Amino acid sequence: MKGVLATEKRGIRELGAEEMVGWDEVTQGVVLHSFDTEVENVAHIRPEERPYSDFNSYTATVASWRVIKPVYNRDVCIDCQNCWVWCPDTSIISRDKQMLGIDYDHCKGCGVCVEVCPTNPKSLLMFAEAEDNEEALAKWPEKKKKEK
Amino acid sequence: MAITSIKNLKEFSTTNERFEGAHLLCPGCAHSMIVRELLNCTDDNLVLATNTGCLEVSTAVYPYTSWDTSWIHIGFENAASAVTGAEAMYKARKRKGTLKDPDAPVKFVAFGGDGSTFDIGFQWISGAVERGHDFTYICLDNENYANTGGQRSSATPIGAHTSTAQAGRVSYGKKQKKKDIVGIFAAHGAPYVAQLSPNKWKIMAKGFQKALETEGPCFINTVSACTTEWKFDPKDTIHVTDLATDSLMFPIYEIINGTKLNILYRPKNIIPVEEYLAAQGRYKHLFKPENRHVIEQIQKEIDEKWEYLQRREEASV
Repeated sequence: MKGVLATEKRGIRELGAEEMVGWDEVTQGVVLHSFDTEVENVAHIRPEERPYSDFNSYTATVASWRVIKPVYNRDVCIDCQNCWVWCPDTSIISRDKQMLGIDYDHCKGCGVCVEVCPTNPKSLLMFAEAEDNEEALAKWPEKKKKEK
Repeated sequence: MAITSIKNLKEFSTTNERFEGAHLLCPGCAHSMIVRELLNCTDDNLVLATNTGCLEVSTAVYPYTSWDTSWIHIGFENAASAVTGAEAMYKARKRKGTLKDPDAPVKFVAFGGDGSTFDIGFQWISGAVERGHDFTYICLDNENYANTGGQRSSATPIGAHTSTAQAGRVSYGKKQKKKDIVGIFAAHGAPYVAQLSPNKWKIMAKGFQKALETEGPCFINTVSACTTEWKFDPKDTIHVTDLATDSLMFPIYEIINGTKLNILYRPKNIIPVEEYLAAQGRYKHLFKPENRHVIEQIQKEIDEKWEYLQRREEASV
């Protein structure tokens, strides 16, 4: 079962995955299932192993909101996870205490991760959305000397 | 399963996220930082309810939901009632033995913005706390009705410009003081009441865990910097929150059983409140010569409040 829809005209019935109903038809309430199959405790299942349903916003994208994007430089990163804890969009992918990269489907380009990055030079920097990641990495700034 | 113990950030980052991206909150919104932290600090099953507000309208836009846990929204004011109803049902079914997995711990949490906590949902939360249900209420305090265009709420501090308390030739913005919501719920005799802030992630995670573990109603007020209505750049969310806690505009403290106050964070260098106000567009008008007295008043009130909190902590009351 994907979801349950209760409308005045057609009563309570199941909602198919591809089916879209206008919000004005939903008068009594709607139940959306985050997963296609029943799951025991989501806290014990890694995101890549979860049976996400089409109603889960994980399957949607907000990439079009971005005008600037963060680019990640593995060589400078110290895996402090500051970016992970303060990312508002669950877009920093961390597994086994390691920072793996940025989820560009869900990142809105706010730049919080760059601000909280403590390394010198920063291991995350904002670039224009149109810029190629490889090109961005090629012009990464040098380590800044401490001002005395 | 016991609640995850959090020693450092690396360990904390191994949790499996239960709040998904592609919700429609503004870029740089602190709401989702706070919600993610609550969902990440525990392994237990969660039953959540949310009042109408930014968080609700942005995370459940039909046909998508961003929640990987049980989550319900009913009205503007009744997240506390909804979640305490679920809690009462859970206890009744546990007693009757009709639960599928009676040993699995379940935590009940309600979220609300400051509009639905300080104003519209106030009596519902007060009632739920008085009835003594085992739940945690978390207020995401961004000091205005950000969802509907930034109207004043009773959480808006004095001097702030909002769309219904505008600053201009005649007025300097909101003229009334902010409600002491933490004090109000401490006066209910709730077992755990606290004010926390997302920039101090460890204090906040520990506070959340304490609230979830505590039996009985717990209330937590969290500082949620609003890039749209406080008018600062989205990337500066954590910077502005740092200024808020270091200028003691938002002191971080807890009150246990309404009778014992602990200060959880003492800034090494207390900064003047002017720095916090200058970082936001909504206080821009206060720096005109005719409005300077409001800044002095805010600073005076902060100093008095900090003195009061320290004396209470010292006297252990």
